[in-house]
Amino acid sequence: MEDFLFAFLNWDIVTQAWPILWRGFAYTLALSAMTVPLGLAGGVALALLATSGPWWVRLLAAGWTDFFRAIPPLVLLVFLYAGLPFAGIDVGAWGAVALGFLLNTGSYYGEVLRAGIESVPRGQMEAARSTGLTRGQALAHVVLPQAVRNVLPDLVSNTLEVVKLTSIASVVALPELLFQARQAQNATYNATPIVAAAIAYFLLLWPLVRLVSRLENRAMAGR
Amino acid sequence: MTSTAPIIDARGVWKRFGGLAVLKGVDLSVAERELVFVIGPSGSGKSTFLRCLNRLEEPDDGSIQVDGIELLSPKTDINAARRRIGMVFQSFNLYPHMTARQNVMLALRKVLGQNKDQAATVAARALDRVGLAERMDHYPAQLSGGQQQRVAIARAIALEPRVMLFDEPTSALDPELVGGVLNVMRELRQDGMTMVVVSHEMAFAKAAADRVVFMADGQKLEEGPPAQIFEAPQHERTRAFIRQIDRH
Ligand SMILES: Nc1ncnc2c1ncn2[C@@H]1O[C@H](COP(=O)(O)OP(=O)(O)OP(=O)(O)O)[C@@H](O)[C@H]1O
Ligand SMILES: [Mg+2]
Repeated sequence: MEDFLFAFLNWDIVTQAWPILWRGFAYTLALSAMTVPLGLAGGVALALLATSGPWWVRLLAAGWTDFFRAIPPLVLLVFLYAGLPFAGIDVGAWGAVALGFLLNTGSYYGEVLRAGIESVPRGQMEAARSTGLTRGQALAHVVLPQAVRNVLPDLVSNTLEVVKLTSIASVVALPELLFQARQAQNATYNATPIVAAAIAYFLLLWPLVRLVSRLENRAMAGR
Repeated sequence: MTSTAPIIDARGVWKRFGGLAVLKGVDLSVAERELVFVIGPSGSGKSTFLRCLNRLEEPDDGSIQVDGIELLSPKTDINAARRRIGMVFQSFNLYPHMTARQNVMLALRKVLGQNKDQAATVAARALDRVGLAERMDHYPAQLSGGQQQRVAIARAIALEPRVMLFDEPTSALDPELVGGVLNVMRELRQDGMTMVVVSHEMAFAKAAADRVVFMADGQKLEEGPPAQIFEAPQHERTRAFIRQIDRH
């Protein structure tokens, strides 16, 4: 027991590693603040293409979505970061993360939002168009708000996964929470920083987990 | 009534879905302030034709003029044209995430460019006209079917259209709610609105329609004053159809 506490829940180590962990946490927040909006923007674009483009655009959007959902995000990120330079394209660590999440996360959000858009009855678009709204206005004010509401639990749930997934940025040496925790672990020869990082993730994400449950319950009750 | 050009003039309208010809050269011309009833068996193309009149459905051939606008011309701004053509659907199609008033306000703001206060005032007036002044801030789910359909009518008339198209406006309603919607339609007619109504409300047609059009198999089989179509139809198809709905 003594050994366990020493290796995993060592208060001295926590105080020692605190500043570096805190910086990592800030990076994780910054990465999330970048990747979630990027993914959402990509997702909205994909979902719109997949539901309202001409047939070949729909097909292309569907193929794109499938492709980037099948590629492991870690492989994608390493390719963008370490592979592209061989073609003379160096997007850097931030660029690789941004692009990787746009492609991967965008496809997941896109799939969720596509289902949302398809859950809105066709008559909604028709009613809006019959009053003179353009397709874009009808989508923005009538279809998308209902689509988002219909798939809100899935959207939040996906966001949860995106925040967790930012830890792969450690592979391209972005000093986010996991990266910093490993640094601290190596410096202190102690696993406590990793445990501390896990607790930090938990505290960050637990409210979102609760939110998903509540939304799911509400959706069940509304049915 | 002066004999001016018709406000709706549809000629030779064809529509195919895949290989199936659903409209086979339908003509219809409607005078200002006229109320035209369209009846016919299920699948005869009534809804499709009505939806061609505001180009929710794109005809394959023919020409349609509404209020002087060539609806099918590629140069026509269809969104501008549609403000003059109100449509009411069988299933109401209210926006469920907006209150009754917000439902009416959306196009006032986005299409007519009114500011929030203007739109709120105009919407309130339109909802008052359909007898729903007290229910303005209710969401569709908090309204009865009849009330929802009246909100849908308010949403259309708030834009001050020149013509109104109704596709079976009462057939999704419980019988006791039909009257309220028909009353609103009657008042619209008294105010001089031009209306094309697809419906099987025979009593209403007899009392309010100027003309009844009978459609079968994608064609206009015959038309005339309600008394003629209901009491002395020319075609056997029409006679059989009238007999059948009279029984209900
Ligand atoms: N979007 C579509 N795609 C394919 N076929 C269609 C489509 N819309 C209508 N049809 C077909 O066109 C025909 C006419 O349909 P329409 O809805 O105009 O008939 P209707 O006279 O309004 O019938 P009802 O009284 O049942 O409403 C039907 O055979 C229908 O199946
Ligand atoms: Mg119909």
